[in-house]
Amino acid sequence: MNAAVNPCLDIRSLSAVLPNGVRVLRSVSLSVQPGEVRALVGESGAGKTMIGKAVLGVLPPSVRIVEGDILLEGEDLGRLQPKARRTLMGARTALIPQDPLTALNPSRRIGPQMTDRLVRILGWSGQRADIRIRQLLDEVQIRDPDRVTKSYPHELSGGMRQRVLIAAAFAAEPRLIVADEPTTALDVTVQKQILRLIAQLQREHGTAILFVTHDLGVVAKISQKVSVLYAGKVVEEAETAALFASPQHPYTRALMAATPRYTNPFASLKPVDEAVLAGLASEIAAADQAWRRPHG
Amino acid sequence: MDDGRISRHGSGAKLWLAGGWLLLALLAALFAPLVAPQDPLAQDLMFERLPPFWMSGSEPGFWLGTDSLGRDLLSRLIFGARIAFVVAFAAALAACLVGSTLGLISGYFGGWADRIISRVVDVWMAFPPVLFAILLVAVLGTGLSSVIIAIAVIDWTRFCRVIRAETMGQARMDYVENARIAGYGRIGIMLREVLPNVVPSIVALLSLEMGIAVIVEAILSFVNLSISTDDPTWGGIIAEGRLSIHQAWWVLVFPLITLILTVLSFSQFGEGLKARFDPVLR
Repeated sequence: MNAAVNPCLDIRSLSAVLPNGVRVLRSVSLSVQPGEVRALVGESGAGKTMIGKAVLGVLPPSVRIVEGDILLEGEDLGRLQPKARRTLMGARTALIPQDPLTALNPSRRIGPQMTDRLVRILGWSGQRADIRIRQLLDEVQIRDPDRVTKSYPHELSGGMRQRVLIAAAFAAEPRLIVADEPTTALDVTVQKQILRLIAQLQREHGTAILFVTHDLGVVAKISQKVSVLYAGKVVEEAETAALFASPQHPYTRALMAATPRYTNPFASLKPVDEAVLAGLASEIAAADQAWRRPHG
Repeated sequence: MDDGRISRHGSGAKLWLAGGWLLLALLAALFAPLVAPQDPLAQDLMFERLPPFWMSGSEPGFWLGTDSLGRDLLSRLIFGARIAFVVAFAAALAACLVGSTLGLISGYFGGWADRIISRVVDVWMAFPPVLFAILLVAVLGTGLSSVIIAIAVIDWTRFCRVIRAETMGQARMDYVENARIAGYGRIGIMLREVLPNVVPSIVALLSLEMGIAVIVEAILSFVNLSISTDDPTWGGIIAEGRLSIHQAWWVLVFPLITLILTVLSFSQFGEGLKARFDPVLR
């Protein structure tokens, strides 16, 4: 198989269950091509973050994958030994987390935290890692890298911390970055800058991103393709432009109607229609029925 | 922010006062033969039950008076500090090493390791500590090393419980997950990422434990189960002072004050250090 034709990330009918038997992911399939941004939208509890965690191999111990494969550049992650998997993932993937405060170790300075990974996992020399980090901090528009690398996380603002984390994510030139609601914990004004920064670095580095969000506005700005998730099931997937132009699934249409618009700020928001939810419920029930039959 | 600043200043004063007393006591203990005005073991029946220096009937050179055998109280306290500090450091360090290691493993790995360690701690803590100590010393025989071992064996659970809880809290933080994604092994994450975040608690607890070790040693020497030689110990002096409380109150009161100040200083010093070295609180 030629690596060039493989998608960067390929998830094939992935299902995961909780200990009580409830499926949190329902045969999810999606792929991210090299250099592409794929948005994953859905409401809270739809399983967006769960997919991200499954890809990165950090699912909570209680969640069990019962079906499906995750392929990173054609390599089946489920077949790898834990150690080999860790090394592969450490080199080829990265995470831009949701909460920039807890994602940095509070008792270690920024600089060592950023270089550590390059040195220990990728075997770079300390000097090379330092240069690389400075270069990345410059790319995320941090003007005083000396101060920042010597700081503790709590000495930086939320926006600065998120910039640091973005720089850290891109530092090792991963093929795939999972961005888990990277703007949710930030002020609205900072959100926009951070989003622009991620988009810019993504273009320059050609990194594929799985962008998890609940914000359709963000989806429109950053992604080329979208998967709409409801209750752990992909209900619609399309090119971003096509999705916004003509949403096919009633749930997608309802989500769009529920998005606030700046053009008419006084219009009341429309909650998702009862009929749409009922349709979704029966769709999910049918999917579960079909799934249970072969799986007993 | 204001509250933080006020409490930090408060902890600064506490830190210096407690640290000052501990330093003074430590130096006195280290250089006891030089600073003690008298031989702590020299008996002189002519000078028995001399009062402290400000009362009438006191003799120069016997600042805090003498006990019923005419031994200088200040010198005995200074020499007693040697044993108190040796026990404090050795026992607390041993308890800390064992307890923190098990706590870290228990809190970070969870699962069956946590279940086993936690049950052992529960059973351990069901024993009344002082009775446990007396039992242990009875089995091990009296002597300095027995006292140290007894205290470490009893009190490692304190470290284990606190560090386990702290570690569990830290292990849930996103930075630990990030480190996993970055490809670190579990032991590497535990030592490099989690451990530095529980060190402030370990330090505070270590200092507190030193104070507790001082008390336990005093209790054991009070019931004559500590070291078996004639070397003065604070607990031993208190026990002797109790017998002559009506004739010479100072023999009981001064060692008590010394003991309380030292124990209090250890605990306050630990709190102060934690406040100073925890980057989040700082």
